[in-house]
Amino acid sequence: MRHGRAFWLFVGPFAVGLLVFVYVPIGWSLLLSFFDARNTVTPTSFVGLRNYADMLTDAPFLRSLGTFSVFAVFIVPLTFVLALALALLVNQISFMKAFFRSVFFLPTACSYVVASLVWKLSIFNGVRFGLANTVLGWFGAEPIAWTVSTSPPWYWLVLVTLRLWLQLGFYLILFIAGLQRIPQHLYEAAWIDGASRGWQTLRYITLPQLRTTSIAVLLLLLIAAYQAFDEFYNVLGTDRGYPPFARPPLIYLYYTALGSGGQDFGHGSAGAVILTLLIAGVTLLQGKVITR
Amino acid sequence: MISRRRLLSLAGASALLAACGSNTGRDGNGQALKQWYHAYGEPGVQQAVERYAKAFTKTPVDVQWNPGDYDSKLATSLLSGGGPDVFESTPQISSVRAGQLVPLDDVFGDARNDFTDSILATHTVDGKLYGVPQAVDMQMLFYRKSFLQQAGVQPPSTVDELVDASRRLTKDGVKGLFAGNDGGGGVLGGPALWSAGLDYVRDHQVGFDDPVAAQAIGKLRELYSSGSLLLGAVKDWAEPDAFTQGLVAMQWTGLWTVPAIQKALGDDFGVLPFPKFSSSGKASVPVGAFGAMINAKSKRIDEAKEFVKWLWIERTDYQEDFNLSYGFHIPPRRSISEKASKLTTGAAADAVKFVRDNAKASNPPDWTSVMRTAFNDAVSRVVRDGAPADAEIKAAADKARDELKRLYG
Repeated sequence: MRHGRAFWLFVGPFAVGLLVFVYVPIGWSLLLSFFDARNTVTPTSFVGLRNYADMLTDAPFLRSLGTFSVFAVFIVPLTFVLALALALLVNQISFMKAFFRSVFFLPTACSYVVASLVWKLSIFNGVRFGLANTVLGWFGAEPIAWTVSTSPPWYWLVLVTLRLWLQLGFYLILFIAGLQRIPQHLYEAAWIDGASRGWQTLRYITLPQLRTTSIAVLLLLLIAAYQAFDEFYNVLGTDRGYPPFARPPLIYLYYTALGSGGQDFGHGSAGAVILTLLIAGVTLLQGKVITR
Repeated sequence: MISRRRLLSLAGASALLAACGSNTGRDGNGQALKQWYHAYGEPGVQQAVERYAKAFTKTPVDVQWNPGDYDSKLATSLLSGGGPDVFESTPQISSVRAGQLVPLDDVFGDARNDFTDSILATHTVDGKLYGVPQAVDMQMLFYRKSFLQQAGVQPPSTVDELVDASRRLTKDGVKGLFAGNDGGGGVLGGPALWSAGLDYVRDHQVGFDDPVAAQAIGKLRELYSSGSLLLGAVKDWAEPDAFTQGLVAMQWTGLWTVPAIQKALGDDFGVLPFPKFSSSGKASVPVGAFGAMINAKSKRIDEAKEFVKWLWIERTDYQEDFNLSYGFHIPPRRSISEKASKLTTGAAADAVKFVRDNAKASNPPDWTSVMRTAFNDAVSRVVRDGAPADAEIKAAADKARDELKRLYG
């Protein structure tokens, strides 16, 4: 196909940007992962696979991968089911549909940083006048240090509610779009055949028809789970660093590659490549299991 | 002849290229030196440093104020050619070994003897000075005199007394101590080591590979599990709010909060170093100083040196103004700190004494991020999870030993 000038005028800047700001850095990072690249991005000492070997035996890195695999196992189905349930509800109601759709979508437009600060500083702060602790106070309970206490690990409550609030709306919209593409005549045919309006049509019509949407949502959720950074960094990070629990792989790599007191791009890049391969692997596996 | 549409597309492309190559302010001669500061919280500092820069007549100096994550931004910019010529930071062995910093021994001249030794040590790597200390900051323990009196508690002089005091001062919705929202592991890890006569790194060796370290860190766990710590406060330990609002009887925070605390509480507070744990240990205060440093990639190192010498060695009036007119820092030079009237009474005088007698580098140049992460992780797990201290400290020491071996062979 021959592209005209207009094509390149419109696509060119974007393609150049993509090349310069995405593909070159990815390639560079791959290159760095084979070098001893401390405090430099133009390293000279080739170390082969040593950075990979180091990262694969690095206990904190492996622990963060483990933690976030468990996190994914919980957060992916939870967000999926809640988003689907909400989408079905919003799609069912006959009044103020646009209003509910907007209300649930609105948090998606909120900055992760701002939401994290609201969660950390006003809803779940540890002093007695924090919102959550005020509510507890009505029932005579002692204030809880939500983001500090590790037994029980209340910080998961803070992080999971925050993540749900921020993300649910986006997946809700995806599901609504999927639901609206299901032809009405399928339902009508089912009713004529005597299918009940609730569970049976959901099980045999809605869910199978939502298959492509569901796969896309699962994929996005899984990637988002492993890519967790913003809200974790802003809720649990302090000026003294990040605690050793609930530490997303990306935050650990961020401190490795860019931490004050020594940048180590070799190990950081090797970790990033390992994480990418892990995400790709899990995604492929998931795709295989679902599409079987 | 170029068609109009062709011209348009060329214009678009060149606009894009122009947007990529932002003006770094250092091509060609006669342009300004670039100087970076992190964003100081106290009002007036930014205007002050801009005023100093303007007063330097030999070369124009552009001051850039950097809110947010200054350390990461600086570290990244030092990798590229677009970084500042002069900046404030504390030297790290990794940047020295990577050749990112210019040694500044010649800038000091005779003034070198005027600087406090413990402060110069924090700017020395492999025997060379890489920063001219600008302002000394330190942390200490603040306590409410009236709260202690009411509870019949003496200001603690040992770690055990501190734990006991924190417990006894916890009542009626007031907590005994606030040492950070992480339960004290972040800011008190170092002081706990020093309280037992240990250190992060000593003579290129791990300074805390000792069973006593586990006992000292164990005391932080005791403090945490006593239920007397304030946790999850809105402002963290670096701000005086929890202390001035009466949420706690004692708080670990910095010298910089003295003006705010004085304003809120008048004379009703006292300061202490972190107390000693054992007879071999010592009371301590963590001390650090941002210094003026020069980027080795700068094309104008000589001019930058001249500027640093002028501002941080010759203009003692600016140094005094910078340290004492806005927030509250101790001038790193004895000739200035000794004659400063603000530092002769009350908490400030105590702080000056602590820096003289009890100073420990809060962030020594060879305490790298790998060691720090390993140590902080261990302390955090002991304090917050109740993990066995000896095993955790041992693991952190092993990691630190590997790192020191890489650095010093």
